[in-house]
Amino acid sequence: MSLTLDDVKKIAYLARLNLSTEESTAYATQLSNILEFAAQMDKVDTATVEPLAHPLDLSQRLRPDQVTETNQREKFQAIAPKVKAGLYLVPKVIEDA
Amino acid sequence: MHYKSLTEWSRELNNHAISSAELTQLFLKRIQQFDKTLNSFVTVTTEQALVAAKAADQQRALGKAGPLTGIPIAQKDIFCTDGVKTSCGSKMLDNFIAPYNATVVQRLQAAGTVLLGKTNMDEFAMGSSNENSFYGPVHNPWQHDYVPGGSSGGSAAAVAACLTPAATGTDTGGSIRQPAALCGITGLKPTYGRVSRYGMVAFASSLDQGGPMAKSAEDVALLLNAMAGFDPCDSTSVDQPVPDYTATLNHPLRGMRIGLPKEYFSDGLDARIATAIELAIQEYKKQGATLQEISLPHTTLSIPAYYVIAPAECSSNLARYDGVRYGYRCEHPQDLADLYKRSRSESFGNEVKRRIMIGTYALSAGYYDAYYLKAQKIRRLICNDFARAFAQVDMILCPTTPSPAFKLGEKTSDPVSMYLSDIYTIAVNLAGLPGISLPVGFVDSLPIGMQLIGNYFDEARLLNAAHSYQKVTDWHTRIPEGY
Amino acid sequence: MEWETVIGLEVHAQLKTKSKIFSGAATQFGADPNTQACAIDLGFPGVLPVLNSEVVHMAIKFGLGIHAEIAEKSVFARKNYFYPDLPKGYQISQYELPVVGKGHLDMQLEDGSTKRIRITRAHLEEDAGKSLHEDFQGLSGIDLNRAGTPLLEIVSEPDMRSAKEAVAYLKALHTLVRYLDICDGNMQEGSFRCDANVSVRQKGQEKYGTRTELKNINSFRFVERAINYEIERQIALLESGGAITQETRLYDSAKNETRAMRSKEEANDYRYFPDPDLLPLVITADMVNAVRQHLPELPQQKRDRFVQEYGLSIYDATILVSDSTMAHYYETTTKTADGHAKLAANWIISELLGALNKANLDIETSPISATQLGTLVKRIADNTISGKIAKTVFEALWKQEGEVDHIIERHGLKQVTDNSAIEKLVDEIIAAHPQHVADYRTGKEKLFGFFVGQVMKASGGKLNPQQLNEVLKKKLS
Repeated sequence: MSLTLDDVKKIAYLARLNLSTEESTAYATQLSNILEFAAQMDKVDTATVEPLAHPLDLSQRLRPDQVTETNQREKFQAIAPKVKAGLYLVPKVIEDA
Repeated sequence: MHYKSLTEWSRELNNHAISSAELTQLFLKRIQQFDKTLNSFVTVTTEQALVAAKAADQQRALGKAGPLTGIPIAQKDIFCTDGVKTSCGSKMLDNFIAPYNATVVQRLQAAGTVLLGKTNMDEFAMGSSNENSFYGPVHNPWQHDYVPGGSSGGSAAAVAACLTPAATGTDTGGSIRQPAALCGITGLKPTYGRVSRYGMVAFASSLDQGGPMAKSAEDVALLLNAMAGFDPCDSTSVDQPVPDYTATLNHPLRGMRIGLPKEYFSDGLDARIATAIELAIQEYKKQGATLQEISLPHTTLSIPAYYVIAPAECSSNLARYDGVRYGYRCEHPQDLADLYKRSRSESFGNEVKRRIMIGTYALSAGYYDAYYLKAQKIRRLICNDFARAFAQVDMILCPTTPSPAFKLGEKTSDPVSMYLSDIYTIAVNLAGLPGISLPVGFVDSLPIGMQLIGNYFDEARLLNAAHSYQKVTDWHTRIPEGY
Repeated sequence: MEWETVIGLEVHAQLKTKSKIFSGAATQFGADPNTQACAIDLGFPGVLPVLNSEVVHMAIKFGLGIHAEIAEKSVFARKNYFYPDLPKGYQISQYELPVVGKGHLDMQLEDGSTKRIRITRAHLEEDAGKSLHEDFQGLSGIDLNRAGTPLLEIVSEPDMRSAKEAVAYLKALHTLVRYLDICDGNMQEGSFRCDANVSVRQKGQEKYGTRTELKNINSFRFVERAINYEIERQIALLESGGAITQETRLYDSAKNETRAMRSKEEANDYRYFPDPDLLPLVITADMVNAVRQHLPELPQQKRDRFVQEYGLSIYDATILVSDSTMAHYYETTTKTADGHAKLAANWIISELLGALNKANLDIETSPISATQLGTLVKRIADNTISGKIAKTVFEALWKQEGEVDHIIERHGLKQVTDNSAIEKLVDEIIAAHPQHVADYRTGKEKLFGFFVGQVMKASGGKLNPQQLNEVLKKKLS
């Protein structure tokens, strides 16, 4: 499996990373190596194997429907990069046309 | 006097031979003295530590002291500490003062420990050498131009150099056991679900597990007593009683069946490590254990499976770092896309970016089945390997790493060769089993480790076996020269 | 060319829990920004989700309400995308294994017939926060109070063939979730939201046309208008030789038009995978049975019962069960009115609903209580007041002037049933109109109505019409 520069750019877009052309080229090689390495898995036939998402075969625990949290906005927003009137500020969100 | 073990310090505190305030000052002084060289701490919490030590002494005066009351410890900088910077080794969180305590932090605090500071680590726990930290590499106290291992390299180096009696670590693919081996200390990765992950910054959620790192198995048992247990805040935490891990340390090993996986003693293993392990095997035989060869046939596939699953989970776990609510935010973003891209690109290091990229790719449309799903299936096969093994044996014994510590900078340009150094530790994470690494000798004046792998929730047996070995050896009491 | 419309709906119903789906933060609407967003909702490093049990009960309730399979094992998955109102960079949802499988819902069409809409699935997920665009000098403000509010996404098959059918289905669904008490159904506050997948095809053609997804339609009226606009747009485009692009379109209610969205058109790849922080949700038969035992009477069952027990028409019964509060109001009214079920139904449907509608109120905020209206109906039925006078009493009740009997007493509205009193009034009118009396007696029988009117007027409308007729006939003959 060999990744092209375009592949790398597409992945970088999905991951919201900015890559210079040099970085992209380096990543194309490195990622290709890693994927080639991952391709070792193809040597094993897993057609009848159930995928395993979790090491322990347990089911989800449920919590009671209770309000346990209090307002901590001041503490939480003390470490926020940009807030105003209790809101987190970001460059304008273009929602529609 | 600083080389005493945690257990010994606990005894001294109990006998009033020393106060927690004095003990805390002793270690704070050592950190000041040695950490410029080692770089094992990101943050030292001097003032809080002295306040906490005084409080611990008062508790003791009131007759309310437990075995860990007044014991100074360090937390890996991946555990959220309320009011204290929690950087995770990243520029992204360089300004992040955690607004809450991780369950592990809260439990160790409740047990009376005194927090000395937060230890250096590979960024977001991604690395095997501690060279991926925003705060610079940690140096191996045994030889300064060598790596301490990673990602809990700061914790391992600090314990090895006696800058703290104990520290916490986290282990996603070997990040407790490998640095413990390379620094000559004892480190335990518990069963997945044994120690709460709440407040532990996530790398790969289905693999991450926090655990203790200290000089000896006895120390580790004491710490695990406090760290382990059900946490309603973590859906993957298991509601099972916690035994007193110190109670069974001295059980005789007679009749214990130990398996030696042949795949872990093959080509890649340094012959000098193989010899050291062979001596340890002889010791176990002497104590009455029976040894037999077993097979874990899918071992070689654990690394490729791991390097698909861990990056996939990390690519999603690290999506929250967007410069909006906390953490690094780029200057003057042009628009929303620019805010995301620059905040992330300017603050994540290379290895983190690389893994986010791989994981994003492995989950993307058209590749999910070939990579992610395939890796999950391989993961099942690896689990089955262990299940078959534990039908025959009580415990598995093998080296922790194929070679001793490598030189700083030696492997940074070749990610795959770096990944291969995790060959003996990764399968344990994929299966969610407990594993411990303990010192088993030296190669070229660098410590090496032996790994014991147990069945689910069988930490007590691992600690029992490790302690039995440490009673008749002194590798774990050795201190690097100059410290 | 004859076109056929094909519509499927995706409805997001906010579940009426006290706390969020994965955290203990409150879910109340309208709180100050970010005061109900805890560390988990904000996606702080290290936080973990734990599933709210009530959310699971509500999902089971819904599954039973649409006669669906409830999955023994369902899985939470992460839907990965970047958006400022999505704190973790992924939404926890369900993808391959949803909690509720195939089911169906029957709806009443205007012509009285019933149509069955198949429901593909319903799954649990967390809501996102909100972006606010005003007053921040080119910046947007993010409020994450809503982040983590539990949602049930209900996906229908493309079984609807007109905007009217889509609205009927949506209303039936709205009625159902309110009956089940799992969603408050408030569309203005966004607790019941709808996206519509709309396509057209030539009649007789089997293959579906290319569809567009309409978003942001937050009232029943807008659903109908948005879909109709979109149908016309698609047909016009196809008839002029164009092709439909599969895209998301936003409905602008002010301009009554749909527009393609720019932002979501970038190649998105959600990279769903099982959330490693959550384990599979296992629902046992015992859990389902426990919920089934406490399942309320559902709208259709109630409608059938109303028809049978109270002798109502299907049409009237359908109106009365469209809302569980209204159905309860009706039953209380009927009980208070000593079982005069049809009269009670008439008063609610023609008088009360009309008045409420005019005043922009609903049954829950009705100024007239069910026992008050029931007493009123009772007084009509026992001849204390006439139907005509009852309207006066109704108005007085509306103005909160007191209880029914008190109003009747104070305004002297009691029907006159004493024959001698009626005879006295009739005698007076006959005496006052000798010419009309003569004409009537010579055969102008139409004048009878004139006399009725005059006597009624003189009595202030308080006479029993039947009784008056009899007295008049006797006196005039």
